[in-house]
Amino acid sequence: MSSSPSQSFVEIDNVDFSYGKRAILKGISLNVPKGKVVAIMGGSGCGKTTLLRLIGGQLVPSKGMVRVDGQDIAALDRDGMYAMRRKMGMLFQFGALFTDMSVFDNIAFQLREHTTLPEDMIRDLVLMKLDAVGLRGTAKLFPAELSGGMARRVALARAVALDPMLIMYDEPFAGLDPISLSVVGQTIRKLNNALGATSIVVTHDIVESLQIVDYLYFVSEGRIVGHGSPDEIRNSDEPFIRQFVHAELDGPVPFHYPAGNYHEQLGLAPVRPVTPKGSRP
Amino acid sequence: MIDAIRNLGSRGISSVWRAGAMARFFMLILANSGMSFRRFQLTIREIYFAGVMSLVIIMVSGLFIGMVLGLQGFETLQRYNAEETMGVLVALTLLRELGPVVTALLFASRAGSAITAEIGLMKATEQLKAMDMMAIDPMSRVVAPRFWAGAISMPVLAALFSSTGIFGGYLVAILLVGIDSGVFWSNLHAAVDFRYDVLNGIVKSVVFGVAISIIATFEGFDADPTAEGVARATTRTVVTSALTVLLLDLILTGFMLRGD
Ligand SMILES: Nc1ncnc2c1ncn2[C@@H]1O[C@H](COP(=O)(O)OP(=O)(O)O)[C@@H](O)[C@H]1O
Ligand SMILES: [Mg+2]
Repeated sequence: MSSSPSQSFVEIDNVDFSYGKRAILKGISLNVPKGKVVAIMGGSGCGKTTLLRLIGGQLVPSKGMVRVDGQDIAALDRDGMYAMRRKMGMLFQFGALFTDMSVFDNIAFQLREHTTLPEDMIRDLVLMKLDAVGLRGTAKLFPAELSGGMARRVALARAVALDPMLIMYDEPFAGLDPISLSVVGQTIRKLNNALGATSIVVTHDIVESLQIVDYLYFVSEGRIVGHGSPDEIRNSDEPFIRQFVHAELDGPVPFHYPAGNYHEQLGLAPVRPVTPKGSRP
Repeated sequence: MIDAIRNLGSRGISSVWRAGAMARFFMLILANSGMSFRRFQLTIREIYFAGVMSLVIIMVSGLFIGMVLGLQGFETLQRYNAEETMGVLVALTLLRELGPVVTALLFASRAGSAITAEIGLMKATEQLKAMDMMAIDPMSRVVAPRFWAGAISMPVLAALFSSTGIFGGYLVAILLVGIDSGVFWSNLHAAVDFRYDVLNGIVKSVVFGVAISIIATFEGFDADPTAEGVARATTRTVVTSALTVLLLDLILTGFMLRGD
């Protein structure tokens, strides 16, 4: 690793991970400096959620080390792990709001479980968190009564209920309309600065990320294939980053999932080689 | 043919494997039960959902079954001029067998399936993972209170079932058959033994309640995290609970019968 540990809040050092025999991450190394918002970009299924779960200690790498706040996550026992997780907030990809509780109770949940604060203080704290995402008026509603964008923001408020030092966002922009999307983006930046926290945003939304983050990593096929500040990324000549930034169909990332011969599979006779463009068959 | 045998073998092995996994799950629940009692309102809330919501179906079924027992009993007993012991027949059948068993079957389909679906849905929508990320153990916070709620509700429901059943038998005896109310109760009182009839029935209902609650929470926790996975788990809860209850009933009855 290049930077010194004292400056990074999260360090991932040469980590391998596989589900069964299927290798998902192959020698990933990255650094998330304290106080910064870092994006981890990559296509669907490239292992972004897996990476967050490794940081949160819900998965253990088969090789390499994940360090959060200077501590090796794999070396923690259960109590140590839970103590560490109290410093983390996670926005799940699909919100994961508790469906049997109101919005208010969802956000109060951790305060009630982890603190002995009196109920009127919890009430004030919850309303403050809800106000920060602009949804104080929804306190009495249930998750099923919220729109997708509202549910995302409630989940966001819940992720920061305990003022975590590290906030992880799993695809916070997916499936949002443009307005909700930029509201969520601004909120992520605002919360990070207001709490003095460190944030990791996992996403494939390059446009929004370039506007709000301090640094970006690109993951493809289990490896880091590029990284840089937003300015460096915008001007990058690396093929993968160009493909991602400019949404080109053709590039290092193949459009086709590996498969057998198309014509054989359809039961067609082998065809003549494709005729060059412009020429008549 | 070979395939059929192999299939049978693999099913057998997987059943044994699941039984083992459930036993381990039960140990895990016990180890994580502190919160269910320290913060008993968590368990009370689940008792409300599992127990109170089952009250109506349990009491109505109990009443009907008691009345049917009364009618059938009268039909047979009057051939021997013994219709006055009808209360005894109704009470013993309910206390020893039908109370615990039928309540368990109803409880598994009403409350057990709901527990499985609820936990399974929480798993499928990542609520359990989210809770774990919040440093709150879902075993303590979600699973154990539901287990204890089931285990506590079931004997109470079985007692209510038997009571309404006996009342149903009483109604038939008094209103339809014309047995004297005092005769009905005094025969019943004389014939029912607390230790061998009432207590054994309670033991059965406790055992069934524990078994159903383990199965229901395990199936929910173990469900494939998809809609059809939860649906399948719910069905498995009802089927496995029914078979388990009937098998346990056979075993327990064998142990409980007196030699006289
Ligand atoms: N529990 C699991 N068991 C087996 N494979 C999994 C599991 N979770 C995810 N995967 C696979 O691992 C790959 C990476 O998953 P994930 O980290 O969720 O990707 P992303 O979040 O980048 O879309 C996917 O191809 C997915 O199918
Ligand atoms: Mg994902």
